[in-house]
Amino acid sequence: MAVITQGNSQFTDIAASDWPMNAWYVAAWDHEVGRNLRSCNVAGRPVVVYRTTTGKPVALADACWHRLVPLSIGKLCGDEVQCGYHGIRYDQDGKCTFMPAQETINPSASVHSYPTVERHRFIWVWPGNPALADPSLIPDLHTNDDPEWAGDGEVIGVDAGYQLVLDNLMDLTHEEFIHTSSIGNEHLSIAPFETSHSGNSVTVTRWMRDIPAPPLWQYMLNIKFPGYEGHVDRWQIINYMAPSTIALDVGVAIAGTGAPEGDRSQGVNCFVLHTMTPTGPKACNYHWAITRNFALDKQRVTNELRRGVANVFFEDETMLNAQQVAIDANPGYDFYNLNIDAGGMWVRRIIEKMIAEERQ
Amino acid sequence: MSATIQKQWTNATVVAVSAAADGIARIELEYGRAIREPIEGSHLDVDVHIDGRAEVRSYSIVEQDPLDPRVLVLGVQLAPHSRGGSQYMHALRPGMKLRTTQPLNSFPYRTTAGPVRFLAGGIGVTAVMSMAAAARSHHAAGGDYHFTYVGRSPSVMPFRDQLEKLHGSALSMHYSDTDGLFDVPTYIAGCPKECTLYMCGPLGLLEAVRTAWVADNRALRNLRFETFGTTGKFASVPFHVSVPEQGLEVLVRPDQSILEALEAAGAEMMFDCRKGECGLCQVDICEVRGLVDHRDVFFSDQQHNSGKRLCSCVTRIAGDADGTVPSVTLSLP
Repeated sequence: MAVITQGNSQFTDIAASDWPMNAWYVAAWDHEVGRNLRSCNVAGRPVVVYRTTTGKPVALADACWHRLVPLSIGKLCGDEVQCGYHGIRYDQDGKCTFMPAQETINPSASVHSYPTVERHRFIWVWPGNPALADPSLIPDLHTNDDPEWAGDGEVIGVDAGYQLVLDNLMDLTHEEFIHTSSIGNEHLSIAPFETSHSGNSVTVTRWMRDIPAPPLWQYMLNIKFPGYEGHVDRWQIINYMAPSTIALDVGVAIAGTGAPEGDRSQGVNCFVLHTMTPTGPKACNYHWAITRNFALDKQRVTNELRRGVANVFFEDETMLNAQQVAIDANPGYDFYNLNIDAGGMWVRRIIEKMIAEERQ
Repeated sequence: MSATIQKQWTNATVVAVSAAADGIARIELEYGRAIREPIEGSHLDVDVHIDGRAEVRSYSIVEQDPLDPRVLVLGVQLAPHSRGGSQYMHALRPGMKLRTTQPLNSFPYRTTAGPVRFLAGGIGVTAVMSMAAAARSHHAAGGDYHFTYVGRSPSVMPFRDQLEKLHGSALSMHYSDTDGLFDVPTYIAGCPKECTLYMCGPLGLLEAVRTAWVADNRALRNLRFETFGTTGKFASVPFHVSVPEQGLEVLVRPDQSILEALEAAGAEMMFDCRKGECGLCQVDICEVRGLVDHRDVFFSDQQHNSGKRLCSCVTRIAGDADGTVPSVTLSLP
């Protein structure tokens, strides 16, 4: 797994495949990191993650200082990592604590220790300048571990650049065409939407009033309101948090009960969480979760929603992979941007600024 | 990431040269690009020209210009026994080109949650200044760091004003001419038990710190240091080296190492770091007339005291009181 060099294309990069380094990215789900060594790619960097004996997550460069062998194929000894090749050991700060066949330790021997924070059931790693790693910059995905909410999710290894996934999520018109059997219907593309942005966030809001509920929403609404088959007011509020996290505030309420005005009590609400970690110019790890504020004690609903959403996202993954292949097969061609791309365009603008700032 | 970064050579332009202290030049170099590599604990390798030959020297990066990320600053001391490397650097003037590498991170600074201490002796300040600046911004939220700067007197200690402005009460100055000898054990005892100490300075100071560190039962991994491999317990004097197995007899000049003298005489030597860290240039000592002035950090104190081997890149032989030229007989691997 190589360190990825960014920005090598001779053509305009329409997939916008570069990414900021000074940002928090998800390395793994909390349950994926334990008392063993796990190799991850975070923003193009090979990283080894594990937990100390007290449960604290640690992320070190996954390459021994000596011969660059991946530390992830070594051994976890207490809180230290031992290289599987010559036994050189590193502590959780990346400092070397043992060297074979000598009585001293080379004074500068160490591997990079990445700032790491466990929050909202994810392990977040900061690949850039450690001095700037402020945990308050971690995107708000609190519904993933808030007692008022329940849910679960998975991770998808996408063979497409992370900004193509952001494009996909910033405009949900595609639901009508890709996700016809679950969450899409013809009311999506005719509903107007509003886009706003400030600082490092973008919001796209779309209300569809008095429409029939698509199948997956009908199922969820009936968990809370059994037997209701009438029209709904449906909302999609896309909350983007730079550089690569989106929390979708989505739901349906019994039509005309005041949801657009702020009373969602006669509806069901989900926060669908998405956070993408670039692993290369044409690949990313896409961590997602679906969280809900109803039927909190029903594990069956958690499982059904996770499976349902996984099916929905598989349809996206197929499209995104095909898009990346087509982009690569058509070098020198540009995207055309439509009205529906406004949210995605703001996202690109913000990311460009972040990258320009850290590279100036 | 790893110890060894592959060097990318380029030409930088000298944009300013000024005196930072007696015998110490502050040299600003402008690159053709913004420098994005970490500068904390990094140095530049530069080509210096000595008697028409290009040789490579390493100088710590003091800082990056906060207003122009293309500009890096070095602090270079005019060395008394220099063969001309530091003289070459001191002769640089604005507009001149210097062949140099990208920042090479040989003394990496690792941010930790725990307390951090910095100790600089003399020109060693150049190696820890950028780290201390990073610690200051990292600990701006009230974290624990402190910087101690030791030297003979203000006139020979560069960058004092700049450090005082940046670190304020987190900086302690010690002038040994007026404050007396710096008391290392007391200093170490005053450092928090779990702190990481980054230090750079003359070998004497380092050895005192290491001795006090071990005596205070502290983990060696929390002592991070860089040496220049140029200072020892004794002054550098000429001495003879002989390698009977290969029929070699050479005189090692004060501005030359055993390794360099033997290479010049045609011996095939193994080496890597050339600053007393890696141990690859070690050779067996057969006989010595004089005192072995070990200047490496590869061997332990016990190994130094045993007198069996030396690191040929830095270690020298000093004279006894009788005034004869010291000498050493070696066996090469």
